[in-house]
Amino acid sequence: MPFNRRQFLSGAAAVAGAAAMPMPAIAASKPVKIGLLADLSGPLAEGGIQMKQGLTAYLKSKNFTLSGYRIDLVIGDTGSSPAQAKNKIQELVERDHVDFIVGPLAAFEMFAVNAYVIQHKVPTLCLAGADNLTQRAPNPYLVRDSATSSQAMHVMGDYAARKLGLKRVITIDSDFAFGYEQEGGFQQVFQLRGGCVVKKLWSPLGTVDFTPYLAQIRDCDGVCQGYAGAAPVQFMKQYAQFGLKLPVCGGETAGDDALLPHFGDYAIGMISACPYTIGYPGEANKTFIALMKKYFDSVPGFYAAGTYMDGMVIEAALKSLHGDVSDPARTVKALRAVKLEHTPRGPFSFDHFGNAVGNIYVRRIEKVGGKLTNVTLETYKNISQFWPYPEATYLKQPAYSRSWPPVTACKA
Amino acid sequence: MWTILAINSVTFGGLLFLLSAGFSLIFGLMRVPNLTHGSMFMLGGYIGGSLIASWHLPFWLAALVAAAAVAAFGGVMERFLLRRLAGSVLAQVLVTLGVAFMVSDFSLMVWGGDPLSVDAPRALAGGTRALGVFFPTYRIAVILIAVAVAAILWAMLDRTRLGAMIRAGVDDPEMARVVGIRVSRLFTIVFCLGAGLAGFGGVMGAPILSVYPGLDFAMLPLALVVVILGGAGSLPGSLVGSIVIGFIYNFGLVMVPQLAYFILFLPMVLVLVLRPQGLFGRAAP
Repeated sequence: MPFNRRQFLSGAAAVAGAAAMPMPAIAASKPVKIGLLADLSGPLAEGGIQMKQGLTAYLKSKNFTLSGYRIDLVIGDTGSSPAQAKNKIQELVERDHVDFIVGPLAAFEMFAVNAYVIQHKVPTLCLAGADNLTQRAPNPYLVRDSATSSQAMHVMGDYAARKLGLKRVITIDSDFAFGYEQEGGFQQVFQLRGGCVVKKLWSPLGTVDFTPYLAQIRDCDGVCQGYAGAAPVQFMKQYAQFGLKLPVCGGETAGDDALLPHFGDYAIGMISACPYTIGYPGEANKTFIALMKKYFDSVPGFYAAGTYMDGMVIEAALKSLHGDVSDPARTVKALRAVKLEHTPRGPFSFDHFGNAVGNIYVRRIEKVGGKLTNVTLETYKNISQFWPYPEATYLKQPAYSRSWPPVTACKA
Repeated sequence: MWTILAINSVTFGGLLFLLSAGFSLIFGLMRVPNLTHGSMFMLGGYIGGSLIASWHLPFWLAALVAAAAVAAFGGVMERFLLRRLAGSVLAQVLVTLGVAFMVSDFSLMVWGGDPLSVDAPRALAGGTRALGVFFPTYRIAVILIAVAVAAILWAMLDRTRLGAMIRAGVDDPEMARVVGIRVSRLFTIVFCLGAGLAGFGGVMGAPILSVYPGLDFAMLPLALVVVILGGAGSLPGSLVGSIVIGFIYNFGLVMVPQLAYFILFLPMVLVLVLRPQGLFGRAAP
């Protein structure tokens, strides 16, 4: 039988076609790559390591298979520095070709990689506050299952004025984006509810001795601190050493559950607002805490919960995408459509900017059975990044910064 | 407020002295800025803190054990790394920097990312009312310890044969060698001593600063600033430099908070421009 070139070609095409038929199966066997961008060293390493543990715990418990798709995890250390965050995301995207970025941790790092994320269209599940990236300058590839920097602080401002009855508060925070946004949020809602911020103090990131700031705390009836990483432990310790007794409140990082084993009795009584709390009674949270104990012998907090839930969000999105993550726009749409009921932080969904809407817990550090823990005082349900304002009103005001809202004279 | 700041300036100066005295001696004698010095401070803090927390050693014993361990580490480093690169200062500096990175990663592996918080010894735990202000007793104790260490160091350098040899080595290493001083052995001794002091300082600092990843590179520039200000190889130089930096740091942060990042380095720049050998250093021959 003669076999000419044309027949050969059509035969080859048929073979190729047949090979193309089971494509989805082949695609499924190619692992989905997640790049974790976390602060594994530097002053924020405490949180960065928690991020790594949280995500790894979830993936490990699922045998590195989410919704039937194999997951590869690649990790980049930002060293708590925006410049290094930029280098690392480039490595993860251009060398490792990751499909998702989980992280970074800090607002100033997120601002540094923001343009890159938009340019390279990388679906990014960040933990960083960086308010404006889900507000006035939205990043279309961003999904945040934790909160903006100010989201929990809005709640704290409300609680401080209405329930704690504070009137005059001094805020103290790290001198970087996260600090400005946190204290801006606190100040605004606290003043809306009738309180007044007397003074705002900023210490450089990495400050080890807070005495020069503690010496300035006077003529007020409470303190709001927003330190992150290891700093809350040092701050609270020195606060007590100097004999200061005024009530202290703070945000998700200040009273982070992961710090509980490191705080001493001096931290008892500190109140914090957080989108996650170790005391959340749901079954999903108990599983999470048990996994963190089993794999890493570690007490989880806000950061670990954040990346653990990123794992859940990616799992749900992969299911609705049938594992096809080739189109970033479609992937982000699927991520933002995820709505979860049973997670360590309780139920949450995303708003149209990709920011979480969920519970914020107000907790107090107490000693229970010889161990420090965060006891939930009140749960603010279904809190969006704009609460207590309507979205349009909120977006009309300037972004929180070092100088906004300004400190004005308080009524005597 | 000002009294608190003033006392705290001296406390901070005392800690800086423990850190920088060794740095200064090493720099003066070996002409090598030991960029591992911050790591030794941190390592001391971690070792001491672990001994206290996990082994329940008394604070002071833990401090001495930690100092000895870090001194031994310094000795090994000098004997097996720096010695091989003798004469090549640039290579030695790079090695100290490389070891600093390794210690940093090693500590992260062993002690993790969580801060290690260390309690002050029970006898010094509370606060003292002095000069009309409430001040943590431990911080006052740190001042006394720094003074004691300064006195011992001074006596050692000024009154003993070893001290005389070290001074000779700092002043003119070639001539010291010619008159029969084994300068290379001095190098090891001084490196151990400097490392041990930094390690001891790390334990002393732990109840104030706690120990955490990144402490190493937070402390290193401070040691550099103090030594540049005071003059390399000069003990009074590090003492005065430490206290001056303590005051500038504490008062600067309150009075000109906008310059917080910059305030420490301003005196360093001024000294470098106006008196490059430092306040107490001798001009290079």
